Amino acid sequence: MAVNIVKDSYKSKVVEITVGTEANAIKIGGDSTLPFLHFEGEMPNKQVLCLEVFDMVPEGWPENLTAAYEGVMSDPVAWAKKCVEYGADMVALRLMSAHPDNSDTSPEDAAKTAKAVADAISVPMIVVGCGVEEKDAKVLEAVAEALAGKTCILGNATNENFKSITGACMVYGHSVVSQSPLDINLAKQMNILMTEMGLPNERIVMDPLSGAVGYGIEYAYSIMERARLGALMGDKMLGNPVIAYVGQETWKAKESKASVEEFPEWGEQAKRSILWEVVTACTLAQAGAAIFVLRHPESLKQLRVHFAKMMESNAY
Amino acid sequence: MIIIGERINGMFVDIREAIQAKDPKPIQEWAVKQEEAGAHILDINTGASVMKDEQPAVMEWLVKLAQEVSKLPVAIDSTNPIAIEAGLKAARGKAMINSTTAEQAKMDLYMPMAAKYNAQIIGLAMNEKGVPKTADDRAALAMELVVNADMNGIPMQDLFIDPLALPCNVAQEHAPEVLAALRQIKMLASPAPMTTLGLSNVSQRCTNRPLINRTFLVMCMACGLDSAIVDANDNDLVDAAAAANVLLNKDIYCDSYLKTFRQR
Repeated sequence: MAVNIVKDSYKSKVVEITVGTEANAIKIGGDSTLPFLHFEGEMPNKQVLCLEVFDMVPEGWPENLTAAYEGVMSDPVAWAKKCVEYGADMVALRLMSAHPDNSDTSPEDAAKTAKAVADAISVPMIVVGCGVEEKDAKVLEAVAEALAGKTCILGNATNENFKSITGACMVYGHSVVSQSPLDINLAKQMNILMTEMGLPNERIVMDPLSGAVGYGIEYAYSIMERARLGALMGDKMLGNPVIAYVGQETWKAKESKASVEEFPEWGEQAKRSILWEVVTACTLAQAGAAIFVLRHPESLKQLRVHFAKMMESNAY
Repeated sequence: MIIIGERINGMFVDIREAIQAKDPKPIQEWAVKQEEAGAHILDINTGASVMKDEQPAVMEWLVKLAQEVSKLPVAIDSTNPIAIEAGLKAARGKAMINSTTAEQAKMDLYMPMAAKYNAQIIGLAMNEKGVPKTADDRAALAMELVVNADMNGIPMQDLFIDPLALPCNVAQEHAPEVLAALRQIKMLASPAPMTTLGLSNVSQRCTNRPLINRTFLVMCMACGLDSAIVDANDNDLVDAAAAANVLLNKDIYCDSYLKTFRQR
């Protein structure tokens, strides 16, 4: 008896988002199948691999990470250029200095930095605030205006501050990261409220706030999977590409930072930390993530190879 | 939950008069109103007052009018096969035949028609002997519909079996049989056939019909009801369907679940 290939047919697909300006525009999402099931649908766009740039010298990074950015970490423009050199599809600028506990940089100054970086590189940008919701609302409004016409992704909009960020992004043509704390119901509700403000659905990126491998990744994994299934079955308020801040999570983990002397049974730190980042990203890709914000260029290099292989058609 | 809006039907006075006067306005108003209220399919019925030989032309007219102003697909509701075929020809998108019974002569007529026009088809779990009394007898007739659909190459997701609701004041014992029949029908094939119900029947000539309708709708959904021919503009009924969809974990919950249910 012949084997019949079981193919699910889906009603709908993930929306396709375009970022960047014409010649360097990138398309994200558009999947009409579960991740990498090329035999029953389309994955028209490849995974987007980003590297992160801080507008201040970050603290607590292990030596193998700072070594990759030696000499550029106090200059966001030079750092961003280095990321492009390393092959990043997008640069993710994190305006950490705006945090009241750091330099409390003003929205205007933060926007100037963002503009300087954007003008210096050819790839599209993600700009993320400092994580203090009230401050980010102001910072991202100023950034949205300064980067008008660059078609970026700005974030992160939360339940508390999405109104001003969404409004600014609507006016200046950017996409928004809609962030919800591991809560699919809230994620859906945020998308509804943002689209009700008039932001097109094709301008929303979802961040369910995933942890790293070993730190609760399974919660985000199942949420992303549920969102993808919902999207494919016609739930338009969950059909947005997913962003994963992989570097931010993995480089916090003890497994990425601790030396071999401290934990001999874990092996070399330099190798372990890269794997922590790569494995977290691979896992979330299987759950449907489309944008990966990484920190180490070696992780990016390895993921590029892995994703290229995964994107080869397995159609029957 | 697929909501089939029942309102464009010649048995309603305003539609009957519109047909007689060739006035497109009420037809198109109801098409738009039902779509806005959350209907997924528009049922189209000429009503009994239209002469048999005029039914095909009237059906064609109604289908085209409705689809001029609404993007929804239509269910061609008639006992006249010529009118049904005229409706199918006029329809845009995937249409639905409403309906065949499990009588062999009717299945031989309508199943090939559904296959030819790639239409969905409603199969009533009854035959020339009338409506069965028990759930088992309903399921037996449902099986006849499944077999005949399969023989004609109609996929199970295009076959909508109606276990037939009867008025609860005069045929009260039928309601639990309908619920049991729905559960059984979902086990007849894999993938399972779809199910539907002419919901408003359950409350005919009863007091507080909307309450009876939406209560029974929710009970039926819990037993596997996939669609129903209903008053799509009964807001409480659509709210109940939306809530039931959430409680059956078919739609992902969000605070605006009543709104998202209507927007699909």
